[in-house]
Amino acid sequence: MSDYVAIPAFMAAAAEVSGGLGGASQPDLLWARELQALSFAVHIPLTCFGIAFPAMVLFAEGLWLRTGDETYRALAKRWSKVMLILFAVGVVTGTILSFELGLLWPNFMATFGEVFGLAFGLEGFSFFIEAIFIAIYVYGWDRLSPRTHLLTGVPIVVAGFSGSLFVISVNGWMNHPVGFDLVNGAVSNVRPWEALFNENFWHEYVHMYFAAYMVAGFLVAAVYARAWLHGRRGRYVRAGLVIPLTVAALVAPAQVIVGDWAGRTVAELQPTKLATFEGLSETTKGAPLHIGGWYQDDGGVKGAIEIPHLLSLLAHHDPNATVQGLDAVAPDERPGPVNTVRLAFQAMVGIGTLLAAVGLYYAATWWRKRRLPRGAWFFRLVVAAGPLSVVALICGWVTTEVGRQPWIVYEVMRVEDAVTNAGGLPVAFVAVALVYASLGAIVVWLLRRLASRPPDVEVSGTVEGM
Amino acid sequence: MAEACLALAIVGITAYAVLGGADLGAGLWDLTAGGVRRGGRVRGMVQRSMGPVWEANHVWMPFELVILWTAFPVFFGSIMSTLYVPLFGAALGIILRGVAFAVRGQAATIKEARALGALFATSSVLVPFCLGAALGAIASGRVPVGNALGAPFASWLNPTSIFVGVLAVVTGAYLAAVYLAGDALRAGLPDVVDASRSRALGAGVLAGAIAVGGLVAVLSDARPLYDGLTSGDGLAFVLASATFGLVTLGLVWTRRFEAARWGSAAAVACVVIGWAFAQSPDLLRGELTLHQAAAGNATLAALLISVGAGALVLIPSLVLLYRLVLRGDLDQQFEPLDQRFRPLTADDDPGEP
Repeated sequence: MSDYVAIPAFMAAAAEVSGGLGGASQPDLLWARELQALSFAVHIPLTCFGIAFPAMVLFAEGLWLRTGDETYRALAKRWSKVMLILFAVGVVTGTILSFELGLLWPNFMATFGEVFGLAFGLEGFSFFIEAIFIAIYVYGWDRLSPRTHLLTGVPIVVAGFSGSLFVISVNGWMNHPVGFDLVNGAVSNVRPWEALFNENFWHEYVHMYFAAYMVAGFLVAAVYARAWLHGRRGRYVRAGLVIPLTVAALVAPAQVIVGDWAGRTVAELQPTKLATFEGLSETTKGAPLHIGGWYQDDGGVKGAIEIPHLLSLLAHHDPNATVQGLDAVAPDERPGPVNTVRLAFQAMVGIGTLLAAVGLYYAATWWRKRRLPRGAWFFRLVVAAGPLSVVALICGWVTTEVGRQPWIVYEVMRVEDAVTNAGGLPVAFVAVALVYASLGAIVVWLLRRLASRPPDVEVSGTVEGM
Repeated sequence: MAEACLALAIVGITAYAVLGGADLGAGLWDLTAGGVRRGGRVRGMVQRSMGPVWEANHVWMPFELVILWTAFPVFFGSIMSTLYVPLFGAALGIILRGVAFAVRGQAATIKEARALGALFATSSVLVPFCLGAALGAIASGRVPVGNALGAPFASWLNPTSIFVGVLAVVTGAYLAAVYLAGDALRAGLPDVVDASRSRALGAGVLAGAIAVGGLVAVLSDARPLYDGLTSGDGLAFVLASATFGLVTLGLVWTRRFEAARWGSAAAVACVVIGWAFAQSPDLLRGELTLHQAAAGNATLAALLISVGAGALVLIPSLVLLYRLVLRGDLDQQFEPLDQRFRPLTADDDPGEP
């Protein structure tokens, strides 16, 4: 544990950077943060479809090629249209993020762009490959030979994997900044490859990659579970339910283990963040875990179920381990508001546990009885699991990103020093919020219409109406 | 190595202008295609031509941003913070354009298709204007080093910026018309070929006139830029660009649309290179030289290595995509945009057989 803390020697000196563009003084910092948060909250669920959906589409197409059953082909073709639309929306919402990095945080980019930029360069190529092959795949239906067509889908899956990997690498770096030295407050001796493979990124990446499969799996399954509840139980709906639900059901329990890994890494690398998750105001030996309740500013959590020693056990796999509290750092270095982080964390863990239980029940039923669960309650739960998985995803990001505050680069640069001095941030926030709300409504409405068309229109011919 | 990274940035701008810019230009033709019935064929062609390629074409934009913030971080931070108004406008336009285009194909009535089409088309004009105006602000030396230290409006509302913004819109429209003519020729739609060809010739002549007229505006507004563009290497590339532009117009006149694509790309690239020479050695005139702006050598080397490795994957993939597109392997059945919302009549061209 201690060697993790010792690596960035400059941190011990608590050196801070004010940035290559000179100081910042922004009265509307909160608007900038909220705008960035909003933009991520819209983009991240879309990326889940970029990461995880292509594999499911290819799986359905592969079933068609193996069995010759047109049901699978109709499903794969319908899904590929949805994939293309969601990818297009993801392309533009992702572009907005790259603009916002500069528009909102110019001092961060000017100071550290050279340290972490490499990862985004590599991500850019993944983005290219994904855009190219998604077009070839979707427009290539019934134009390319079936085998070639299936093969053109493979780069989409690979690029979804590598693209998210490089983006998460940057987030891992912001939480665990390595690959440079600070000399008199200036960045020097930049080692971009070291920054790329920072130690924080592996657990974050696996956590996010699994989350993407859960979100895409449960959301797609939810659509067909709803159809199932409405009595449409043909082969098409059944396949549309079973493929994504199986994926999500297998990943959800595994995510619990990854979550444990992530939690322990945070305990080692960012103990203040972990203390915020739990609302642990004082450093405690054999620390208890609080479920529910409300963190009080004078310390302690009110109205919670307290389980003795559990936090020490979870964070360090030792019931008597000492867990660092918020009091270990100065008040202006603690994340805030604590309850935002804590509630987001609890919601993520709670939903994640529920989803793991849904997955285990489904897998156990399949294992023992070779059939789907029969109770309507199960299908209602799957319908709920779709949106719930998105809530858990966003809560997870709130946990890690608000928990990183007040730092943009952990213990090196403060958010308030990174922000732009430009005006108009509240206007920008309202404009983006309005645009996203209306576009979100349009996309959902049109996807619902696409879903309402009978599946037999998908059977042959080129992709129409794209 | 700073020069090599600048060259990457120039490749990025040129590729975005020639590929992404053409997709934005197609929006202008969609906007001006006329009423539902009359404009349906051009709109259908726009929909069919852009569908498979616009996303890949668009990626040059984030690619460019990444090159700039990695290789020239202080330059990037300074321009993004000073030029927040036009760049935010471009960002909003990019969202509206992309989403409206992606879902227009799912419209069920002509009213929906028109509303989404109008959104797609107007934002397609907004984006190149804003980006061009931002480039004009940099070229005319209105962006100081620092966190939002330049004028939020005067930096991009000035003769040079407006000239570059308008030129970006018209150039995109010209490129789009050339590509549409080529695609229509392949689809065997002579009426759309003719319509696109005359649009291309009109926009091409207009772009040339704006370029010449704009130089006069630059002369009074940004004298150092004018001097750079009219002497030495800057002048050589400006003349080369003009020559490529004229040759391209000739190619369009004689209906050699494929060759015209390459000619237009060369014309755009020459202008960007000429601009780089015109303000050499500065990235921000009088504020920041290329070498002051450049990141450390370790970063530049890592960037060049990763771009080189990435290109080994990217170039064959792009070649595959454009080959499939140009061979017609990804073409959909041509359908005027309004056609699926009304019964077929006797004078409807059935499109390709």
